[in-house]
Amino acid sequence: MNNAALTDLIIKMADDELIQGHRNSEWTGLGPVMEEDIAFSSMAQDKIGHAWALYRMLHEELGGRGPATFAFVRPENELKSSHLVEMPNGEYDFSLMRHFLFDLAESVRYESLQDSSYEPFRLLSKKVKGELKYHTLHANAWIMQLSRAGEESYDRMQQALDQTIALAAGIFEPSQLYEEALIEDKVYPGETALYHRWLDRIYPVLVKASLNLPEISAIVPVYGGRHGLHTPHLQSLLREMSEVFNLDTEASW
Amino acid sequence: MMSSKTITIADVYAALERVMDPEIPVLSVVDLGMITGVDLNDSAVHIKMIPTFAACPAVSYIQHNIKTVLEKELGIAVSVEVDKQEHWHSNRMTPAAKEKLKAFGIAPPKVLAGEVSAELMMEVPCPHCGSEQTYLRSPFGSTLCRAIHFCKNCGQVFEQFKPLE
Repeated sequence: MNNAALTDLIIKMADDELIQGHRNSEWTGLGPVMEEDIAFSSMAQDKIGHAWALYRMLHEELGGRGPATFAFVRPENELKSSHLVEMPNGEYDFSLMRHFLFDLAESVRYESLQDSSYEPFRLLSKKVKGELKYHTLHANAWIMQLSRAGEESYDRMQQALDQTIALAAGIFEPSQLYEEALIEDKVYPGETALYHRWLDRIYPVLVKASLNLPEISAIVPVYGGRHGLHTPHLQSLLREMSEVFNLDTEASW
Repeated sequence: MMSSKTITIADVYAALERVMDPEIPVLSVVDLGMITGVDLNDSAVHIKMIPTFAACPAVSYIQHNIKTVLEKELGIAVSVEVDKQEHWHSNRMTPAAKEKLKAFGIAPPKVLAGEVSAELMMEVPCPHCGSEQTYLRSPFGSTLCRAIHFCKNCGQVFEQFKPLE
């Protein structure tokens, strides 16, 4: 098995989980209703737990650095998170739409890893897949409810979808170096296959919500994050995330 | 404290039943189905366990509790590791545990025959009055393993231990 290719894939997945987890946690104390405050806080905890499991996998199976150090001391251009997760939370419509598109993407990814030739992926995917059910249950319910909640609400959800879809498509940027090796080694089916499975997964929910998915051929995925090119939002987020860690990098929590 | 010669696997499980979950103190790690293996030899016991949710913040605390309680009860060296080969699902919880959970005021998870669905989260019997006239308020609650429901019959909010695949 190609360790460099595996490392690249694990870092992308883990960094997305870490950054999305942090964005979710920014709703703590600010959610529009108590249940939503709790939901985003719980999902933040799950995401960071999944990131932690992936960083541990790098550390224990592939000789990477310790999870906390790896998560918090890398310079910005070594992170491989997608632009979607870096974006500030904005209004609740944007946060919910991103949550919906991101978690359905996670679902198809972890489902595919159940058949991975890489055993640590198979073991982790069983656990994560079950937990993700609650994230997608939550996302699907709110996408449908808010899209049926009157004209203003519908318009805002459609606008959120239009703003987010190209960013979300950017999750599936194929690796220029490793994609073929990972597919050939049956680690996973590859980004292009996952992108199409994801479109098939989001479409029925959008139909139930009467939201219009833009023409697929017109979607220009926002790439760059996977090879270290980020939005200006990531730098300030990293500074905040690592603030406590950097006070005492040797501390044990 | 027993002499090491008399310790059996059954003794280890009996001691494990006194290690309670920090978030649901009426349930032991055995009730919850968190124990996946017990290896016993003359001088030591090795416990394999699994957390309910991957991000459960109580894992290291529970590991520490298992070690402390077992060393005190059995008087031999105890090591505890997280078992990566197994993953927790809600059918691992014993029927007795579900009764204890209900008596504690938390609705137990329904038995899973397949995958978790939205339907499975509806009409969860109220742990206070038993009515099924209930609805799901949120799939997330005060801890990762709980959801929030409302009972239309007795007018109370209640929590459920979530079913997990």
